[in-house]
Amino acid sequence: MKAGSKLKSVTCDTEVMVIRASDVVVECGGAPMVDVRPDARVAINPSFAEGTKIGKRYVNADDTIELLCTKGGAGSLSIAGVALHPKDAKPLPSSD
Amino acid sequence: MNISLILQMAADAEPDRIGLVCDGRRWSYGALLKAARGAAAAIEAANCTHVGLLDESSEAAAIALFGAAIAGVPYVPLNYRLADNDLAALLKRIEPAYLIGDVARVQRLNPDSGHKTLSRGEFVAQAETLGETASGEEHDGEGIAAQIFTSGTTAAPKAALLRHANLLSYILGTVEFGSASADEAALVCVPPYHIAGIAALLSSIYAMRRIVLLPAFEPDAWLKLAADERASNAFVVPTMLSRIIAAMDAGNRPDLSSLQAIAYGGGRMPLELIERALVLFPETGFTNAYGLTETSSTIALLGPDEHRAAQQSDDPAVRARLASVGRPLPTVEIEIRDEDGKVLPAGERGEIYVRGEQVSGEYRERKALDADGWFPTRDAGYIDSEGFLFLAGRADDVIVRGGENISPGEIEDVLMTHPAIADAAAVAVPSVEWGEAVGIAVVPRPGHDMPGDDALKALIRERLRSSRVPERIVVLDALPYNEMGKLLRREVKKRFAD
Repeated sequence: MKAGSKLKSVTCDTEVMVIRASDVVVECGGAPMVDVRPDARVAINPSFAEGTKIGKRYVNADDTIELLCTKGGAGSLSIAGVALHPKDAKPLPSSD
Repeated sequence: MNISLILQMAADAEPDRIGLVCDGRRWSYGALLKAARGAAAAIEAANCTHVGLLDESSEAAAIALFGAAIAGVPYVPLNYRLADNDLAALLKRIEPAYLIGDVARVQRLNPDSGHKTLSRGEFVAQAETLGETASGEEHDGEGIAAQIFTSGTTAAPKAALLRHANLLSYILGTVEFGSASADEAALVCVPPYHIAGIAALLSSIYAMRRIVLLPAFEPDAWLKLAADERASNAFVVPTMLSRIIAAMDAGNRPDLSSLQAIAYGGGRMPLELIERALVLFPETGFTNAYGLTETSSTIALLGPDEHRAAQQSDDPAVRARLASVGRPLPTVEIEIRDEDGKVLPAGERGEIYVRGEQVSGEYRERKALDADGWFPTRDAGYIDSEGFLFLAGRADDVIVRGGENISPGEIEDVLMTHPAIADAAAVAVPSVEWGEAVGIAVVPRPGHDMPGDDALKALIRERLRSSRVPERIVVLDALPYNEMGKLLRREVKKRFAD
């Protein structure tokens, strides 16, 4: 998994782009995300069903993984069963 | 990574929302994306190495920027104000290009090139037609999103390269996706060949703030468009702000109650001009942005609250911050270094170095980053005890008098405190005794008598020290600036030649 690569959920519409990465498997809705989405959907694990929101960035606890949600969906993101959480962005004044 | 993601996300989120307004035509994010995909198909078919734009800003700039990105070909906006021979040299450096805009001029200057030329109208119409069927498949190419020729105030223009990763890092680090409400609009009047023109497109589309383009800046047109479109945000260079205020003083006072934020940058903002603007626009938040082409736009900013705090403070150190460019973005690091590369403590002047993912520091000819990723900006400055960055001219502008380094800014600041002086520049003039000495060019304020040479010399001697006292003084009607408000010191020096 490297920065810039795109992952798709097999349980919902969620798509993410990797901003910061290491060698891990990202899950969405409880199932591993993939490069090419299969035709058949996998059922969402109810423990990972809070949903993702377009434009939000998701990070792990030690901030070594960062994903940008490029398409929202019903599943939520995790790594090895540990939920990722949305990153708090301090709003900056527009300078352009 | 590909910056086309920015437009794609906006089009996915709200395809029918209006993203750009130009010459009365309104473009939705969906329509812009479709046209960009069509442009990409045309660019790929043309087999060119660059996508050039020789035109004022219009929807074609946005479609070309994203179309080139999808096609994986660098986008090269060209300065249409360049003299023929300078432009011809740049056209040669990007051939064969897919070139949009002033077809007649390209063919006259570069007749035997392999350029594929299209007028703005032809380009947009073709992009829309091809967009109906284009796949929109992204290509990586060399990973370069834009190639911008730097203004070359000292030498031949350098081709600065901005990678998709640099620009995306800047946008993701500074803009919250979809954060603008549907009634927000950004009035954009910077030319497309400037980094601020590219940053304006990317930031506004990612925030989903409607872009209102003013292709050629003129203060009355700016005021009319700001009022008609109920603009909430605007970016101006100091000269533009000064002309807008002059038009308002002359009686043009449209309803600007929607204007929440004005950002400025690109040149030195005279203290009295920003103070005047803060009074004239009491409800508007002002942001001073400092950045370079090579850093993907802004690296430090002074925000609205800091402007008002400085304006209202009695503490001279806080008040002085009105003249600073604020603090570094959370995503970049800034250091001040001396000539030997040693990091200087707060308050000491040196060269500004910057590091961060948005910093490209890369030219077609060479990479300017050091081994640790730091980019020497060639701008001089210092950081105060609270972390505010102050600019002190270009590192190359330093006047070396008998081995002593003199920053033009300190002399100019003193001159500008004189009520009879409207504008001032200090430059190096040749000196038999010292190698270089200080020359000053001053512009009298209308209705004031220019103080004599002795009075000016005494002012500098009292406030600074004897080495700063000018050896030569010229009085001018106006100082030479480029269209982005950058003082052309080379031109000032020429005034001392005879």
